[in-house]
Amino acid sequence: MELQIFGIGILTWIVFIPIVGMIIVLLLPDKNRNAIRWTAAIATGIQVILAGVIFAVFDRNKLGINDAESFQFMEKFSWITVEAVPWVGRIEINYFVGIDGLSVLMIILTSLIGFIGVISSWNIDKMVKGYFTLYLLLVTGMMGVFVSLDFFLFFIFWEVMLLPMYFLIGLWGGPRREYAAIKFFLYTFVGGILMLLTMLALYFSVAYTDPATGQSVHTFNILHMMNPANYVEGGLLSGVDTTWRYVAWMALFINFAIKIPLFPFHTWLPDAHVEAPTPISVILAGVLLKLGTYGLLRINFPIFPDGTIYFMYFMAALGMISIIYGAFCAMAQDDFKKLIAYSSISHMGIVVLGIAALNTQGMVGGVLQMFNHGIITAVLFLAVGVLYDRTHKRGLYDFGGIANQMPKYTGLAMIGMFAALGLPGLNGFVSELFSFLGAFEAYKWITIISVTGIIITAGYILWTVQRVFLGNTPEKLKDLKDLTPREIFMFVPLIVLIILLGIYPAPAIELMNSSLSQLVEFVTNGGL
Amino acid sequence: MFTQLPIIILLLPLLAFLIMIFFGKKLPRQGDWLATGMMSLTLLLSIILLITKVGSYSAETFSSSIGWVEVGSKTIGFGMMIDNLAAIMLVVVTLVSTLVHFFSMGYMKGDVRYSRYFAYLGLFSFSMLGIVITNNILLMYVFWELVGISSYLLIGHWYEKKSASNAANKAFIVNRVGDFGMFIGIMILFISFSTFTFEAIFESISAGQLPFGSEGWLTAAGILIFCGAVGKSAQFPLHVWLPDAMEGPTPVSALIHAATMVAAGVYLVARVFPMLTADALLVIAYIGAITALIAATIAITQFDIKKVLAYSTISQLGYMIMALGVGAYTAGFMHLVTHAAFKAGLFLGAGSVIFAMHASLHKLHDHDTDAQDVRNMGGLKSKMPFTYWTFLIFTLAISGIPLTSGFLSKDEILAGTLAFSTLNGHWLLPLIGFLVAGLTAFYMFRLLILTFHGKPADEKVIEGVTESPKVMTIPLMVLAALSLFFFYSFNPFGAASGWFYAAVERPLSMVPELLQPATYPVFYQAVSSVHTTAMILSILIAAAGVLMALAVYHWKKISADDLANRAGFLYKASVNKWYFDEMYNTAFLNGSHVVMRALRWFDENIIDGIVNGAAVVTKIFSRVSGWIDTNIVDGLVNGTASTTNKAGGLLSHIQTGKVQTYLVYVIFSFLVLFVLFL
Repeated sequence: MELQIFGIGILTWIVFIPIVGMIIVLLLPDKNRNAIRWTAAIATGIQVILAGVIFAVFDRNKLGINDAESFQFMEKFSWITVEAVPWVGRIEINYFVGIDGLSVLMIILTSLIGFIGVISSWNIDKMVKGYFTLYLLLVTGMMGVFVSLDFFLFFIFWEVMLLPMYFLIGLWGGPRREYAAIKFFLYTFVGGILMLLTMLALYFSVAYTDPATGQSVHTFNILHMMNPANYVEGGLLSGVDTTWRYVAWMALFINFAIKIPLFPFHTWLPDAHVEAPTPISVILAGVLLKLGTYGLLRINFPIFPDGTIYFMYFMAALGMISIIYGAFCAMAQDDFKKLIAYSSISHMGIVVLGIAALNTQGMVGGVLQMFNHGIITAVLFLAVGVLYDRTHKRGLYDFGGIANQMPKYTGLAMIGMFAALGLPGLNGFVSELFSFLGAFEAYKWITIISVTGIIITAGYILWTVQRVFLGNTPEKLKDLKDLTPREIFMFVPLIVLIILLGIYPAPAIELMNSSLSQLVEFVTNGGL
Repeated sequence: MFTQLPIIILLLPLLAFLIMIFFGKKLPRQGDWLATGMMSLTLLLSIILLITKVGSYSAETFSSSIGWVEVGSKTIGFGMMIDNLAAIMLVVVTLVSTLVHFFSMGYMKGDVRYSRYFAYLGLFSFSMLGIVITNNILLMYVFWELVGISSYLLIGHWYEKKSASNAANKAFIVNRVGDFGMFIGIMILFISFSTFTFEAIFESISAGQLPFGSEGWLTAAGILIFCGAVGKSAQFPLHVWLPDAMEGPTPVSALIHAATMVAAGVYLVARVFPMLTADALLVIAYIGAITALIAATIAITQFDIKKVLAYSTISQLGYMIMALGVGAYTAGFMHLVTHAAFKAGLFLGAGSVIFAMHASLHKLHDHDTDAQDVRNMGGLKSKMPFTYWTFLIFTLAISGIPLTSGFLSKDEILAGTLAFSTLNGHWLLPLIGFLVAGLTAFYMFRLLILTFHGKPADEKVIEGVTESPKVMTIPLMVLAALSLFFFYSFNPFGAASGWFYAAVERPLSMVPELLQPATYPVFYQAVSSVHTTAMILSILIAAAGVLMALAVYHWKKISADDLANRAGFLYKASVNKWYFDEMYNTAFLNGSHVVMRALRWFDENIIDGIVNGAAVVTKIFSRVSGWIDTNIVDGLVNGTASTTNKAGGLLSHIQTGKVQTYLVYVIFSFLVLFVLFL
């Protein structure tokens, strides 16, 4: 399926519209803050509309994953071609984008969170121009990763996200922002190097025969990398179940595990969240973490089905540890933001557990959990932000009795809290259910231990609710004002999704069902 | 009729909830009339449904499903099922809910969150009705949790009080522990049978399929699902949340924590009864018996009127669970129904007393005297005649005195346990059953006497007490009427001849024959042969309990303090609720605090320590290499030209010209660096 606007494909539009916005922002005078904000809002708003169009016309039956023909909204141009390099042959890097059932929900999530992030950035007054410039660049980077089908392109977008994020935390963050930003940078940078090396190894191991010329061409095309027939004789990563392939799998896995973040690669996250300004926390937890699990599914699983099967227990075990460990650490925090950061680790562990099951229920549960967690955690970080804006405090013991003072806020935040707790009728439950169901089929005891996480989660969520919302309102909080219309506007779409997908998740599951079934089949058959 | 009507019954309370939560405050009288009206309509429809169902289609089960979501190639559907069990339960829930709505109009008058309170009652009713009509264990779990959250919201209604929000948290989290087991059980069933509907699960089992091909897992699945009931129905060892839940408004205790929600566990066991193996049922029976005994022994020493009733609820729920466990299916479910009426009545009666005490204390500007402590009451009989007489009927019913509904159902349960022991030799079950019957009669009459009879504890307070308004006493009278035998069977000494026994039959077991409990004909035979014995025994024991209570608290022939002293440790243990809270606090609360602190320390010091340590090492390394660079390397640069030449010759061996080999070098050196640096 193709969809073009002014002769340019819709995916290119949705990726680069923030760049257009960024250029306009750069051209606007510094003082004209509102114009800058509105530009960002319009750019991300257009993304939301485009995502809506994609949602409407997306063909639910096409498989994608490893089959180039059934990707949708595909665009492919040769970007960098170097003819006849000695002993390499022709180098070919393509601008190759397209989406399937695995990426479509992430596109919707990214545009929605990107837009809501702008709304919640409205009251940022420090260096507005610089802030929105970086913000829009960041959004392009994230969106780009989700649509790339060329590994080189994927890598570039991946690295494009890194710098704006570094500066957004490092310049607009809290008191320890520099430490947090550098930590974030180094972690991600190490991961990036691992990915770069693996990418190069793959590049030299994979070549396809150009039907036109009969020439053997090395390629960064992710889909070509999935086909065992394309591996050259004697290539480093050729063959099946070789040590090098396991090493490569592990290198990629570490990169993605840092982003997810999985235990023990997670400690950058609490620091980054605590120091980051609210909208950046929202983006970070809402979208950035999903890039990790997305990368696993787009790259690790189909390119290295042998490694994936070899390491599946290992993945499930790390998922389990993250669930329990994250939940206990969350319970031990006195800082509201840190608590949510650790709860993210716990909830992303469910994603990993679900996808590690290598069956359709688990996979659907995992990907849906990526989406749902993005929505829920965005609500939670926005909720912390609302209190922080008013009181400049984040400690759980600094609050109390908010329910009497800010009833609308409490109502909306509680829905987010209960969704995080996995309350049926709200979206978190559905994805947890399917993740656990899938995982249980594959790993009985790992799953049983993981499910105890729902008890711990109930514990820390209710304890938080009690400390923040219930009780008597202390004097110092007596003049708190309830939500402004702008704040309500940023909560409502997310809350509506939480409830709708909780009651009727079929529209989301339909989008990915066929693609993920294909992915499971592809991986479990060893890529054949 | 049986497809649309249940859906309307289900959705009306939800609609009431939505209206009340968004517009409640803006409506005249904060919308209490609207919520109550809609609930009354629901009751009316439920009664029509019950009469039609039992009257004309008694033998049929109406089931319908719709697709909910498709995952992979499996379709998951949601649906409902109306059999006699569900139809009766619908009336129980809507009836108690309606009466509680009316009662609350008086009891909650002037509350800070009046409309919010009615909204949550609607949410609760919706969730509870969902549990009743679903044909699907997943959907049941969904409503199960929703019931849990509405209970949480209502227990914490007065959330300014720390004790209320603590109790709400405790209720939810303890229930989650049970739900954890239930969730695992549901997963076992789905993985094995690819379906969530009860019917399809039973069919697969009766076709000889076993979860993971093992009989042990079938028993395990049954017990795990029962864990859900252990939580909701406050069975040992998860009974600790229910007494604390009394922090909620008293009408809520009547509705949720006495009559309906806590009975959901019993309903669940009744629903999955066909898939329970004999082993699973035996576990269930013993859990029920232990619960009944523990709770009854605690109830005899409590002085808080609501706490006594709370423990009595736990004890009676234990009876129901035990009944299902021994196979006295109909008796167990019947006790659920009769208990719902008289226990709701007892709680509303207690509410009426507390309401009156509060009003009187308020007039005296006394804010220290506990309005719920029976030691501050006494002699309320003449002040509150309606409350007293209805309370007396409820007390007679729960004590199992003939001519009441409680006698009918309790008698059948006791006969069932006795019959079970004649078949299997588990004599402990009937022993506990009869003992608890005696204890029940004792502590209930103790409560009645301390509250209503004797001399007032404080003349001034009791002087100011007046009877509650009609909106509160009329629900009491309705429930009192429903606590008499003729609603359930025209024979006051035999439930088995009534419509109830005809309508609710024990379903056939679907498990493999070797794992089945005694079949119904065998069991029925045994019950018939011991029935008269059981009835005479139960009347005698109940009478003994009543006499004992009269002797101690009314005629004062025996001193209560003297008894307490003689009981020694047992008395202390009973007052302190067998130290369950203390044990759990030490083991689980403190335990998880230790774990969470330890993990936090580990995270901040070990994992982050490694990360920061790596950074420090790198920094030092870069300093060192910087020093080497400026001082040594640069110094040597000039004299290196010739060396370079030689080295170049050497290194040319490495240059094979193969990119793959280069890559190996790159990766290798990277890994070396990686290991060195991190």
